[in-house]
Amino acid sequence: MAIFIDYDLCTGCKRCEKICPYNGIEVKDGKAVVNERCTSCGVCIDTCPENAISSDIKEKEVPDFRDRKGVWVFAEQADGVMAKVTKELLGLGQSLAKNLNQELSAVLLGNNVDHLIEELQEYGAQRVYLAQHELLSVYQTNPYTKVISEIIVMNKPNIFIIGATPIGRDLAPRISMRLNLGLTADCTELSIDQEDGLLLQTRPAFGGNLMATIKTLYSRPQMATVRPGVMESKRIGTSSNCEVIHVDSSLTKEDAVTRVLEFVGEKKRVVSLNDAKVIVAGGRGVGSEEGLKPLFELAEALGGEVAGTRIVVEEGWLPVERQVGQTGQTVRPELYVACGISGAIQHRAGMLGSRYVIAINKDERAPIFEAADWGIVGDLHEVVPTLTNAILNRKGK
Amino acid sequence: MNTITLMKQVPDTTDIKTDPKTGNLIREGIESIINPDDRHAIEVAVSLKEKYKGKSIVVSMGPPQAIDAISEALGMGIDEGILLTDKNFGGADTWATSFTLGKAIEKINTYDLIICGRQAIDGDTAQIGPQVAEFLGLPQLTYVMDIEEIDDRKIIVKRGLANGYERVESPLPALITVIGELNRPRYPRVDLLINSCKENARITLWNAADLKVSVQEIGLPGSLTRVIKTFSPKMKREGEMLKGDKGEVVGQLIERLTGNHLI
Repeated sequence: MAIFIDYDLCTGCKRCEKICPYNGIEVKDGKAVVNERCTSCGVCIDTCPENAISSDIKEKEVPDFRDRKGVWVFAEQADGVMAKVTKELLGLGQSLAKNLNQELSAVLLGNNVDHLIEELQEYGAQRVYLAQHELLSVYQTNPYTKVISEIIVMNKPNIFIIGATPIGRDLAPRISMRLNLGLTADCTELSIDQEDGLLLQTRPAFGGNLMATIKTLYSRPQMATVRPGVMESKRIGTSSNCEVIHVDSSLTKEDAVTRVLEFVGEKKRVVSLNDAKVIVAGGRGVGSEEGLKPLFELAEALGGEVAGTRIVVEEGWLPVERQVGQTGQTVRPELYVACGISGAIQHRAGMLGSRYVIAINKDERAPIFEAADWGIVGDLHEVVPTLTNAILNRKGK
Repeated sequence: MNTITLMKQVPDTTDIKTDPKTGNLIREGIESIINPDDRHAIEVAVSLKEKYKGKSIVVSMGPPQAIDAISEALGMGIDEGILLTDKNFGGADTWATSFTLGKAIEKINTYDLIICGRQAIDGDTAQIGPQVAEFLGLPQLTYVMDIEEIDDRKIIVKRGLANGYERVESPLPALITVIGELNRPRYPRVDLLINSCKENARITLWNAADLKVSVQEIGLPGSLTRVIKTFSPKMKREGEMLKGDKGEVVGQLIERLTGNHLI
């Protein structure tokens, strides 16, 4: 397998260099050169306007999957409470299904969870596959994998999306190997390619430094996990009809394999930046744990949560569950107030989805201003309390 | 207690810089390291060996230079390393990678526990562990933050979840994926590191033929997904810089916030 360059045709335009996911082709002395990082993936071939790139790889024939219909969402729940990501997936699923003119279904597993059907319908599900069993009351890898795999094999969906939560990331790869399905992890954007109707699965890689768009060519359903907090839920009300299909699972005790002995909830793990409408975040500029005080006051005035960058957490000024960024959480509040944050790419990767961003920083060249809707150059220790007072005064009126 | 640890050599992504003009990655000069979570996996394997005897093997798939990572694992106390390296393994998605690793583990055949890091920092997929477990038909325990008990037949672990932890029991053999809270990886020992670089070091290279797999099942041809393009993330907004003294800028900001129904 190899990629060949026709040097008479190559103009050194660098299009191939730019598109290569592996940095396997470089332009040297005005001509493209294939290096040892090349995986012969062939992405470069179609981008070359001069047709200077060719390969000896015969791409497998793409099977005809036109009989596969329907967009499916895994309805994650715990203790009979719908996970927030489920509503987000349904919001996304609505637009994918509409685009393809196919039905949106939710796959709900649990025990005594009938009451969730109405909620699924309110958020856009036109059909619910419902499997209830004692062994499904708490999430466990094997029973869930078995039941969902059976439902997929029986009903042949086109797309199946799952939240990239601890449960989703445990379950999805298991199903993918059982049914030999391609799987894209942790997507931040999903859309339909208008030319071939395939799912475009976009996700960050290399610590958020690079985005990759992926297609599932050789298996169905096209399967992806979706990062929580990135998609918007869309409530459509209760007027529409929803078909419920009860699935008889063939589960027996032997299917459990593992046994959950107990679950221990920990309060300190619960800070959910994910649900916060407003986040006031501090960076190195806050200077100390004491320096976070005005941020907490602003957060209280706005009814929001306080978060921090990696530095703030490493300094011990905030606990790790309040960290936003590539190694922390991804958030999408209505309003993100970045105080004393320079805006390293790893941090911005975690707050890009915010609806509005305010940046307050002493350094007018700080990259955070490029990611902000409104920027204020100034000392956060002066600006933030002034802002808090102004908001409180306004509320007082 | 015989263990197999799966390990990946990755670029140190915290080191990656982007060209401020083009937004493209600058990949030159980035160090290759053992994936951070995998260090914790190696530590588990070595400490289990110290306590219960048995053999520890590390398996990695990658280009020939990934042998450096294997040497380091041997330096930490792993007995034997196997590097799956073949041009035909290149371009694999997670399905094809897990298939290849699964075939290698089948060939090794004797194991009680397979240990993986939760995820690799270059891909962040966390898919390989569960996919390999399914390929081998083993139970899986992901996000392991503590091993409470282990004997010939079973393991009891704590799994770290978003809102607490779960204590789970599983029969062995099983596959676990571990998170950083579990332990503090040791540094490689100099004498072991030197041994691991000698010619008689216990490092074996396997290619596609050794695994008896066809080139259609592995690497890019075996992959079910295709990367169709890559690009730099959009980080920019049409930022408006508010000007004036602090009273004035706050006044303007309040206007904007009210105008957009944020307060």
